Amino acid sequence: MLTLENLTITQGGFRLTADWQAKAGARIAVIGPSGAGKSTLLSVIGGFFAPQSGRVLWQGADITGLEPGARPITTVFQDQNLFPHLTIAQNLGLGISPNLRLTANDHARIETALDRTGLAGFGPRKPAQLSGGQQSRAALARALLRDKPVLVLDEPFAALGPALKAEMLGLVAELSHDSGATVLMVTHDPKDALAFAPLTCLVAGGAAHAPQPTADLLANPPPELAAYLG
Amino acid sequence: MADRAVTLIAAGLAAAVLLLLLAPLAALGLSTRSLALSEAELAALRFTLMQAALSAGLSVMLAVPVARALARRRFFGRDVLVATLGAPFILPVIVAVLGLLAVFGRAGWVNNGLALLGLPAFSIYGLQGVVLAHVFFNMPLAVRMILHGWQAIPAERFRLAASLGFTPAATLRHIEGPMLRAVLPGAALVIFVICLTSFAVALTLGGGPRATTVELAIYQALRFDFDLGAAARLALLQFALCAAAYAVATRISLPLGFGAGQGRTGGPPAPNGWRRGLDAVFITAAALFLALPLLAVVLNGVPGLRHLPASVWDAVLAAAVRSTLIALASTALALSAALVFALAAARGKGWPALAATLPLAASSLVLGTGLFLILQPLFRPADLALPVTMTINALLALPFAFRILLPETRTIYADYHRLGASLGMTGRAWLRWVVIPRLARPMGFAAGLVAALSMGDLGVIALFAGEGQATLPLLVQRLMGAYRLEAAASAALLLVLISFALFWAFDHWGRRYADA
Amino acid sequence: MRLIPFALAFSSVASVATAQTPVLNVLTYDSFTSEWGPGPAVEAAFEAVCACDLVFSAVGDGAELLARLQLEGARSDASVVLGLDTNLTAQATATGLFAPHGQTAGNDLPVPFADPNFLPYDWGYFAFVYDKTKLATPPTSFQELAASDLKVVIQDPRSSTPGLGLLLWVKAAYGDSATEIWAALADNIITVTPGWSESYGMFTAGEADMVLSYTTSPAYHLIAEDDATKAAAPFTEGHYMQVEVAGKLANAPQPELADQFLTFMGTDAFQSVIPTTNWMYPAHTPATGLPDGFDQMITPAKSLLMTADEAQSARTQALDEWLTALSR
Repeated sequence: MLTLENLTITQGGFRLTADWQAKAGARIAVIGPSGAGKSTLLSVIGGFFAPQSGRVLWQGADITGLEPGARPITTVFQDQNLFPHLTIAQNLGLGISPNLRLTANDHARIETALDRTGLAGFGPRKPAQLSGGQQSRAALARALLRDKPVLVLDEPFAALGPALKAEMLGLVAELSHDSGATVLMVTHDPKDALAFAPLTCLVAGGAAHAPQPTADLLANPPPELAAYLG
Repeated sequence: MADRAVTLIAAGLAAAVLLLLLAPLAALGLSTRSLALSEAELAALRFTLMQAALSAGLSVMLAVPVARALARRRFFGRDVLVATLGAPFILPVIVAVLGLLAVFGRAGWVNNGLALLGLPAFSIYGLQGVVLAHVFFNMPLAVRMILHGWQAIPAERFRLAASLGFTPAATLRHIEGPMLRAVLPGAALVIFVICLTSFAVALTLGGGPRATTVELAIYQALRFDFDLGAAARLALLQFALCAAAYAVATRISLPLGFGAGQGRTGGPPAPNGWRRGLDAVFITAAALFLALPLLAVVLNGVPGLRHLPASVWDAVLAAAVRSTLIALASTALALSAALVFALAAARGKGWPALAATLPLAASSLVLGTGLFLILQPLFRPADLALPVTMTINALLALPFAFRILLPETRTIYADYHRLGASLGMTGRAWLRWVVIPRLARPMGFAAGLVAALSMGDLGVIALFAGEGQATLPLLVQRLMGAYRLEAAASAALLLVLISFALFWAFDHWGRRYADA
Repeated sequence: MRLIPFALAFSSVASVATAQTPVLNVLTYDSFTSEWGPGPAVEAAFEAVCACDLVFSAVGDGAELLARLQLEGARSDASVVLGLDTNLTAQATATGLFAPHGQTAGNDLPVPFADPNFLPYDWGYFAFVYDKTKLATPPTSFQELAASDLKVVIQDPRSSTPGLGLLLWVKAAYGDSATEIWAALADNIITVTPGWSESYGMFTAGEADMVLSYTTSPAYHLIAEDDATKAAAPFTEGHYMQVEVAGKLANAPQPELADQFLTFMGTDAFQSVIPTTNWMYPAHTPATGLPDGFDQMITPAKSLLMTADEAQSARTQALDEWLTALSR
């Protein structure tokens, strides 16, 4: 269970509140107008930004004060998911051991993760030698290796074409289904939300609302969402 | 990333730096009773500020087109030229001055050429000579710093510019301009402060007491008047000037916000046509301006090498080993400190940058004298010669290392801090797998510069050195003092070669490592 | 790297502990102790007779020597200070750090010289040195130099002992008219260097027609390099002398050895080394006379030398005049 308890997030004149829970294994789309605070909400959950008040809990344990890396969470960012000077295998290895002390078994796991994400043989390459889609796959492969119960995706596929994006969402669904991970994913596209997330959290009007069934929400959108959907 | 630990270590280091800089002033009996400057001191202050501002401005202005030409052109010998850019900066002052005089002096090549053409002679003695020498020393440093700036612009930005059909002027305005705005104030600040403490160059090429700098006034206070308080007061004035210059540079400088690329480098696009010709002119002019005095140093030194007596070789070799060891230790110290300051500064703190800049304004004479006063009651000065020299060299080289590391450290922080944090990379893992590989190029350059600078410095060891502890620069001075000018020129050439070899080895490592 | 000084310190401690050899510390300037200075020969000769270990520690030049003494005060571990000149001895005496030397032997200086605290070991005349192949008729006075187009390079009195010597030379020769001489010389002085080495280096590189140095400088070129092209120009005003002295510190850890050293300083073993290492005249002409080549050096018509007190009271005003004249 992921709990956002009386969260108040302020940044300059910006203010956002959130107070809800999500079951373990839930797949939640985070949707809302630009600048409403979707990424900020995910930053607070991921540990990159401290809330003004309130707590973030996982399975009842308070994780608000933990460093990002110490949280039971993997974040995949919009960009900068890979270190350009390290090979793909090394980038993945960081998901197992942040100081890259890897055993033979670890290397085997990296190969498996590359296989599962369709990147077999790409281990020795540098990120610049990969296409955008392949880079996203590598980021997901690392998330797989980190094996954290919560996966936070901050629009990592925004730059990909529709077919590639659909493929990636399928991959995320498949991986999270296998691992049972809770997924929060920012998206701009209601079709993505419908295809991928049974639940959707609307971020608008200074609040991140409790997740509701995606289909219902999109069928009867509240005014802010209706305006956004156009 | 253990932010707090980095900040704490940096704070401790900053305190140590301040203590090292200010304790000697206190030991000299600084009293704030009278901070008013005499007429002569005011004149020295005016001249100091004028020559430093001119030198810094000119060095940076000339460095921009040269750095751009080097960033966007590939030609045979480019790597050698880029490496050689470090050379003038690491020359011992007297060696460099004699090299410059061989080219620009009364009997120099330029004036011989002018005379052949029936043109009036150029006099190097005066403000123009001081500025010329300072530009010779510092312009290459500025070129390297600005070149790093150009190389740090992700290739994606230039491709975006190309896809939008940017003219070179638009590229300059939108991409290169912001980079220059971020890099130039720092480069100009460093050069301005270096020139603030100039003394031998200013006096020798300035043509006489008109060219009295604050540092020479300090010399007079310590050596002629034996007024320690006055020396401390003037040293404090230098720190104040440095702090003021720092404040100005910080106001002007804007942080860079390019975002990260894919680590592709390729430099800016290389337009053809007249711009190509102009680049060639800039590169050739800069190369000649730097190479001719260096060539003179080599020509001065080579003839003596053949009949350098065995005793001189022995002394030179022993001194060379000693100097090299000091240089390596100083480099390790300075680079570690610079890295800590750069990491702390990249987190948005202002004080680490100031602490890492102030040593530039330190008068090595005041520093040495003050430390001597502090340490002499407790130790035999000669016993401390090497540790003191190492520490002081590291302290005086810290600002350069810091300035060189800072821009790239900032970029790393902005681009990868979140990613590193999300992966739980802390302390050593972050340093080893992210900071050091991404900083390799500037670290190599900084290490080379610091090592070479430490080879050349003799300000402090002269005060502490005992029997049989001569460093190579001190040996050069001794040879000159004993009329052995030819042998001195040869020993100086060896000094330059060793300095340059050290510089080249580190710099090359950094560039190789970064390209791998 | 720390190992080196520690090892040195350790080895000297060890030798003291085993052999009980007393150590005589002599504080001097750099070019005295260098491989090419008198230091090594003097050390060998004195250690042969003193049953002691003679250790030189060196600083840059005479002016720095005085500054160093003032910094160290009574804590100095030196027993003898060697290398001050008479332009600095008044200040040195005023520190109260020196003890009377008590030596009675005279000296061969061209002017009478005696100081209760300081004994001369060598001396020379300041002079402008030129290249005979480039300058056929050198100026014969400051006035002639000032009237000529010749370019000279001199040293800054604030940082160099010869520089200070020149200041007092002009003052001793011209008194209250010194300012006019400096004003007239201003356009002949291409530049002023911090120390003697830079000036001499510029002169040999051809940057200047003449350089402020010593009448004995050509002896180096003649004897060591077999080069007879350098000469010193005799000036009709006379030449100011530099008299280099040594003294015993009142707090000398080794007062007897210090006395022995000062006595030794007047002997041929010390004095005969001076001409071809320090390139100055020995204070006592050795029995064997001066080396060949010294006879070709010019002998000034008149020797100028201010007493220590005169030099002390003249120098601040002379510096002001110099700064004013050359800053225009």
